[in-house]
Amino acid sequence: MNVIKCEACGYENSSGTAICNNCGKPLDKDNNTNLLNMRYDGRAIRSKTRNTSIVDKIWNFFSSIKVGVSLIAIALIASAIGTIFPQSPYIPSTVEPAVHYRDQYGIFGQIYYQLGFHELYSSWWYMILIALIGISIFIVSLDRGIPLYKALKNQNPKRHINFLKRQKLFGYYSQYSPKDYDTLKANLKKHRYKIYEKDGHILAEKGRFSRWGPYVNHTGLIIFLIGTLLHFVPYMYVDEFIWVREGETEIIPGTGQKYYVENQDFIFETYGDDEEDAKFSEMLERQGTVVAKHYETKAIIYKDTSEGVIGSEPTLEEVTRGSAIVNEPIKFDGFALYQSKYQLNEFQSMSFKLHETDDPEEQSLLEFTVDFADPERVYTFDNGFKIEINKYYPDYVLDDDGTPRSQTNYPRNPAFVFFVYPPGEEEPEVSFIGIRQNLDPSQSNQYRIGLTGIDVRDVSGLNLKKDLTLPVLGLGAFIFMIGVIQGMYWQHRRIWIHPENGTLYIASHTNKNWFGMNKEVEKIMQNTNFEMLEDQENKVTKDK
Amino acid sequence: MEDLLFWSSVLLYAAFVLYFISTVLFAATIKDKRHEKKFTKLHLLALSTTIIGFLTQLSYFITRWIASGHAPVSNMFEFVTFFSMMLVLAFVILYFIYRIEMLGLFALPVTLVIIGYASVFPQEISPLVPSLKSHWLYIHVTTVALGEAILAVSFVAGIIYLIKQISQERLTGRNFLLEVIIYSIFSAIGFAVISWGFTLADYSATFELEVDEQQVEMEYTLPAIIGPYNGTLITENKMDGIIPAPEWLHGVEASKKLNTLVWSLLVGLVLYGITLLILKKRVAKAIQPLLNKANPELLDEVCYRAVAIGFPVFTLGGLIFAAIWAQEAWNRYWGWDPKEVWALITWFFYAIFLHLRLTRGWHGEKSAWLAVVGFAIIMFNLIVVNLVLAGLHSYA
Ligand code: HEM
Repeated sequence: MNVIKCEACGYENSSGTAICNNCGKPLDKDNNTNLLNMRYDGRAIRSKTRNTSIVDKIWNFFSSIKVGVSLIAIALIASAIGTIFPQSPYIPSTVEPAVHYRDQYGIFGQIYYQLGFHELYSSWWYMILIALIGISIFIVSLDRGIPLYKALKNQNPKRHINFLKRQKLFGYYSQYSPKDYDTLKANLKKHRYKIYEKDGHILAEKGRFSRWGPYVNHTGLIIFLIGTLLHFVPYMYVDEFIWVREGETEIIPGTGQKYYVENQDFIFETYGDDEEDAKFSEMLERQGTVVAKHYETKAIIYKDTSEGVIGSEPTLEEVTRGSAIVNEPIKFDGFALYQSKYQLNEFQSMSFKLHETDDPEEQSLLEFTVDFADPERVYTFDNGFKIEINKYYPDYVLDDDGTPRSQTNYPRNPAFVFFVYPPGEEEPEVSFIGIRQNLDPSQSNQYRIGLTGIDVRDVSGLNLKKDLTLPVLGLGAFIFMIGVIQGMYWQHRRIWIHPENGTLYIASHTNKNWFGMNKEVEKIMQNTNFEMLEDQENKVTKDK
Repeated sequence: MEDLLFWSSVLLYAAFVLYFISTVLFAATIKDKRHEKKFTKLHLLALSTTIIGFLTQLSYFITRWIASGHAPVSNMFEFVTFFSMMLVLAFVILYFIYRIEMLGLFALPVTLVIIGYASVFPQEISPLVPSLKSHWLYIHVTTVALGEAILAVSFVAGIIYLIKQISQERLTGRNFLLEVIIYSIFSAIGFAVISWGFTLADYSATFELEVDEQQVEMEYTLPAIIGPYNGTLITENKMDGIIPAPEWLHGVEASKKLNTLVWSLLVGLVLYGITLLILKKRVAKAIQPLLNKANPELLDEVCYRAVAIGFPVFTLGGLIFAAIWAQEAWNRYWGWDPKEVWALITWFFYAIFLHLRLTRGWHGEKSAWLAVVGFAIIMFNLIVVNLVLAGLHSYA
């Protein structure tokens, strides 16, 4: 490999070095007076020195800030496109997405859907984009971090005079007294600078740790991205949903058939019931809708302890009981059961009686109850009557063309077609019964079925979650925050003092916040005969 | 309780007036040519009026908190006023570091406009639905507001920089863009003026229209320049829509929102036009001589510093606390809701800003433009996303 030999000290620097790693002499032309580029203290950076093999090319591609910024910009634009129309989880679940986007948003919606933008954030190309950003962060951190670390670790307090002359803040004084020198040093210490000395030359430094900020925050980002990838590893992440009716016990999906939940009671409160809600009355009136205040499911969690073969009766043992409230899940064995949705007053059962059609007293001949969880098909009675459920519509609607059908499988608006067989008869009488409906299609029924009672209960929608990736994500976010704070709220400040032939040269550098650096140098110069250092950048622009 | 709520509104009003006075005082410090670079009594007066204004607004916040029983950051009015309060705080902090009066002269009027904008939303206290009942909500919302406010100061510094540095000799693309920015501020004022005007006049016109095969009514509180698509006016003696909304404009009350937008832009145009007539030159050109004393390098530094300080605060509030809260409330830390996505976009954008600052040639004017775009993104998230791209967060 090529080396650049420093003319001043003879040190052999690897090619690409801009400032001698040993004595600090700028390695460009001696008569150059431009301010030094102090990034990475002039160290050679891999991506700036090698560009032959394919590995080098890939490396250089990803370690370019231009490329990194472009990748982030593309991700930004893509993310914005994803908000033009709602993403698929936010559209009503009852319609086909293809139809919904076309009907709601016209031709643009259709194009949007066909390009797959309705699921943009889980598309392969979006994920690849984020992955590329991750790779770029990783490579750039190695590319710049290592040389920077080496440069700052081995700083020579004694720097070449040209190094000082080409710093932004610079000054020199010929007639200084030893007392001034000592006051200066004491002032530096007072401002909590660390002092490194060599032959009367001084390097005063503080806040070096802030230079690691970007590398710490990039590490945090990478940990975070790895965390999001773990999402796809089995057993790291479970997300299931179940409806459980009051009083019922259900297997919890996603737990390998091991856990069961019993819904003991669902509690629902709205605003406006309490006296203390009076202050909200104006808003509630304006909106005119019920606003939920609190809801919770009282539940018991069981574990199946039977060792038996699949399909054998489970043996349930209570694990825990408690309330699932919004924001407060029931926790058990690494899982969390969240209160998610609810359905109030779902029908549980309906009770009926049979009487003669022309009996004004409607005296009951028989009574029966249909349980919606487990409706029986045929009901037989001691007095010879037989009643058959011919049709059952849990969620009854009339179609546009007049045919009855069920919208869902949940008993939200139940309706029946009953066949009533009087004693000894082969031909049934037909009745249609629903909520507030009682039809006799033949108009000649001798017997009439009447609704005597309805039992309702609430249904809780519970969400089972297990997310072992959370600690990784949390760690990544935490490290990221440490990194940005350390890099943004502190600065790396250095002051070099260089005595030569009775003249004292002083220069200083900071990686950011020159305003603060100026103020600090002013304070350090107090009580000495030195004047404030000159800002050479201003001088250059003024000279022009 | 009623009393407390009343006093709380009075305090907000008082803060508004105090900010107005401090704006005038800061303007006076800049006119004052006798004392270069000195902290005079006038400076002290301007600064203390601002701080008293801030404390007054803080008292509004506390009294309202006591009255409603929860931190008043749960609807649009409350959030936007809180944001304005954080903007003043951010300005005061940066003033203490940099002592730039010019910053106050621009930041305080922006605050006034934002309070005006907030006051248009329903101001009654609203109850919290269960998913909002979490301490993380307050922590999240307040930190986001603070972060965005600090980032907004970078916009203020950026715009001063641009007005000062861009040549106003001829009309060029760049100073035209500057006028567009100034015009959008006028439109925000226009929005507040027009909304207040017609609210005070109790304007209401009801339209009947068909949505999903159902007849629904829609109430307009501004005269309908843009009427609903296929709507019929049913209130008598009120203005019928001049132009119907285009058919493809879907969504709840979309035509009403478009109407409000058109009104704001028109009133903004009138206000801007009047200003032009009075000044007899471009607004930026008229402001430029006032900025003689401003030091462009220092402005550039503030523009960058504000991002450097605001970025970590925003990340913490807008992404990390937001994720913790979302995990608690909806048991998913991230759901690609439009509001969340726009927070991510804001974050991406300022990450780009910081990285570009590392490369040469992106200091000065370019980064001032970036600061303007960043603020536009924040405002987009606050206004358009809340009101147009509905999501879980969209306040009433
Ligand atoms: C969204 C993703 C990213 C975030 C949030 C981020 C954040 C940051 C922050 C806050 C800094 C410190 C800036 C300063 O001190 O002014 C920084 C520095 C840096 N970032 Fe990133 N970064 C991201 C992605 C990238 C990518 C993709 C690259 C690839 C080129 C990259 C390259 C760098 C470099 C070279 C530095 C300067 C390091 C130094 O000064 O020692 N970053 N980053």
